[in-house]
Amino acid sequence: MSAHVIPTRVYYTIFAILMACTGLTVWIAFLDLGPLNTIAALGIAVFKATLVVLFFMHVKYSTRLTWAVVLGSVFWFGILIALTMSDYLTRAWRTFG
Amino acid sequence: MLPDAAHHQAVPGLAHHFDSLEQQTDATTLGMWVFLVTEVLFFGGLFLVYTVYRSLYPDAFIAASHELDITLGTINTAVLITSSLTMALAVHAAQLGRRKTLMLFLVATMVLGGIFLGIKSLEYYHKFVEHHVPGPAFQFEKKYVRHAQIFFSLYFMMTGLHALHMIIGFGIMSFMLWWAWNGTITKEYFSPIEISGLYWHFVDIVWIFLFPLLYLIGRHAH
Repeated sequence: MSAHVIPTRVYYTIFAILMACTGLTVWIAFLDLGPLNTIAALGIAVFKATLVVLFFMHVKYSTRLTWAVVLGSVFWFGILIALTMSDYLTRAWRTFG
Repeated sequence: MLPDAAHHQAVPGLAHHFDSLEQQTDATTLGMWVFLVTEVLFFGGLFLVYTVYRSLYPDAFIAASHELDITLGTINTAVLITSSLTMALAVHAAQLGRRKTLMLFLVATMVLGGIFLGIKSLEYYHKFVEHHVPGPAFQFEKKYVRHAQIFFSLYFMMTGLHALHMIIGFGIMSFMLWWAWNGTITKEYFSPIEISGLYWHFVDIVWIFLFPLLYLIGRHAH
């Protein structure tokens, strides 16, 4: 890690992109895009979070084991959401019996 | 190759159970990330409850979300992102062994964190005045009064847990400031700043998701 001192201009660039994305997400929220509003809001949030993880948190320059742990957290959170929602969203389907 | 004891004395900041500084830093980084995974799932439970209830009562969630102050929310998002920048610059200063710059950026991070918490408490105060705190005194449009309380319960739990993390982060930064000041942090031994930074950025990421999910839903409708 000590070998990877990232130039400060990288941090300033990421900061500028994050601020621009914040403005963008507020602007998009006032447009009527139907269900795309939620997708756009979450898409921008995921993009911002990815930039923070890769550059501010140095994961881009970290070991493969760190990558595995980071992706593992996302994967496990995905299981939590996917399995629970597959229950809740299909409860109304129970018309038999 | 030097004998072990002599080798370790020759490398400042290296603990005796690690072979090299690189291995030591990789290990601390990995350890912090494992902790952050538990934090992802800790907050994840609340995000899950949010997803379930928003899918059940979308209209009440939109109506309740409109009561939040979008200006203060946006300002706070900008404040927190700026604090992440100062934190990243603090780690950078630590890596280069620039003690004064490090201390300056740690203080800047703490000041921005303080501004965030100040704005957040102002928002909480407004919610109390407007009777938007769930409980017997809760007042809302009649048809949404039950389900809007679910939104506000989630609002207070999620932003409250986030604010608690900010307060803990404030404590960690004070500790790091002390270590920077007394010379514990050196060009070789900057891992404490690095992993404190990981914590601070994680708290920033939680807010990056909380902001659109709580403040920005269905804004075009009004």
